[in-house]
Formats: sequence, C-alpha cells, structure tokens
Amino acid sequence: MVFLTRVEHFNAAHKLYNPGWSREKNEEVFGKCANENWHGHNYELYVTIKGEPDADTGFIFDTKKLSEIIKEAIIEKLDHKNLNIDVDFMQGKMCSTENLVIAIWEQLTTHLPKAIELHAVKLYETPRIYVEYFGK
Amino acid sequence: MNKVSVFRREHFNAAHRLYNPKWDDAKNFEVFGKCSNPHYHGHNYELEIKVTGEPDAETGYVMDLKKLSDLVKENVLNEFDHKNLNLDTKYFTNLNPTAENIVIVIYGILRKKIEEKFDLKIRLYETDRNFVEYPID
Repeated sequence: MVFLTRVEHFNAAHKLYNPGWSREKNEEVFGKCANENWHGHNYELYVTIKGEPDADTGFIFDTKKLSEIIKEAIIEKLDHKNLNIDVDFMQGKMCSTENLVIAIWEQLTTHLPKAIELHAVKLYETPRIYVEYFGK
Repeated sequence: MNKVSVFRREHFNAAHRLYNPKWDDAKNFEVFGKCSNPHYHGHNYELEIKVTGEPDAETGYVMDLKKLSDLVKENVLNEFDHKNLNLDTKYFTNLNPTAENIVIVIYGILRKKIEEKFDLKIRLYETDRNFVEYPID
C-alpha cells in the first residue's frame, strides 16, 4: 500500500458569519474573521490517495489525471472566488476551513474513478493553520 | 561605516480585487482575468521590512526589532489584516490594490515612522510565488 499526494493551491475570499446571529454575536465569536467586507487566504490543498502500484504502469493512479480531476472539480470552483457567494457546494454552509475540507472530500469522491481510494484531504488556510479530513 | 540590515517579517490576510473603474467589466476581465472577480478573492500576504544602518554604540542594535514590529502592527497590520483592501482601507479608494501599489503604500506609511538615517526597503509576498520589492536599488 502506497500513499500518493498531489498538492494544489487556490486563493479565495471568505468570511465567518452566522446569518442566524446578530452582528455583535458574530464579532464576539469570530472576531475580525467576521468582517462583513470579507478577507482572504492563499489555500494549499493536499489530496492523498492510496493503493497498490499497478503491475503494468507502476502507478497507483496517473498523477496528471489526478491533478486534472482536482483542478476541474475543486480549483476551478474555488480559485479567485468568494467562498460564501460563488461556490455551489458551500451554499448554506459556514465557510470555516473544517467545513471546506469536508466539502472538498465529498466533491473529490464523486469525481474520482470508483477504483481510486481517497485517503486524506489536508487544507492549509495559512502556513500556520491547517485541517485534515479522512472521510469520517 | 559598518552598516547592517535587520529584517522583520509580518503577515496579514486580506481580500481584494483588481479593477479599473474607467473600464467596463469585459475590459477588466480581459486585463485582470479572474483577479477582477466582483465578489473579491484573497491572499495571505507576507511582509518583510528591511532596515539598514549602523549598530548603535550603546545598544548594539540598528533598530530594536520589537519596536519595529510594534510600528508595523500599529500602522500596517491594524489597517490591512482581515480587511477588504478595496473597501476597508483609505489607501485604495482610487488606487488599484496590486502587489506593486500595496508595497508602495506600505513603504510610504513606514518611511514616515522610521528615522531618516535608516534605509528602508519593503518586500511583499502576495503568494509564495509572487512577490514585489520597493524601493529598488
């Protein structure tokens, strides 16, 4: 069993804001992340799949194909976008890094070939803050 | 003359968009591409402040880096961190917030706060791969 990781990146705006709460309560809980005019990050995305290398190719999966699937399913939807407004799969969700990594996992599992086993998605919001999700 | 350069790194996270109000949306998209998204996008900006001068005879410091850090926090980070550069700061009301213009603005802010005897240079990373420096040698 080998783990294979592809790294991609995207830049996006967002805010942490619960529409069910008052502005004061949002500022109390989310601090400056609740700024109504947004702020933004350079996100770094690590997608790890696992499997046995194929006898003929030596690959678990063609990394070029993996990159294209990540770009099409995730990066094109998120890069240079507003996560709260522009992204269909984040509609109605709080745009925390935790929720984003779960949503990315769900998107990837629907776009990757059935034979490919997703192991982990790691998402850096800043060089100092990251989350990991293993599908459960 | 025993000049030494001292550096302080800081960072801020902000939203922005590149947009020229004299152009229509199509022309803005043609020139700035996805950076002109009307709903903004954002970056983790990394800032490097370089101060050059002679170490002081009594302290051995060119400049106390804690004081430099406080200056940057008070005058730059408080204005830019977790803000929308286009909407929330006074500097980019009529100026496109490209990395080039941001670095010139930050230099202008800090130059007034740091003694004239010191040379000042600012480097600003918009991403790991894109960065700018001002002034040039």
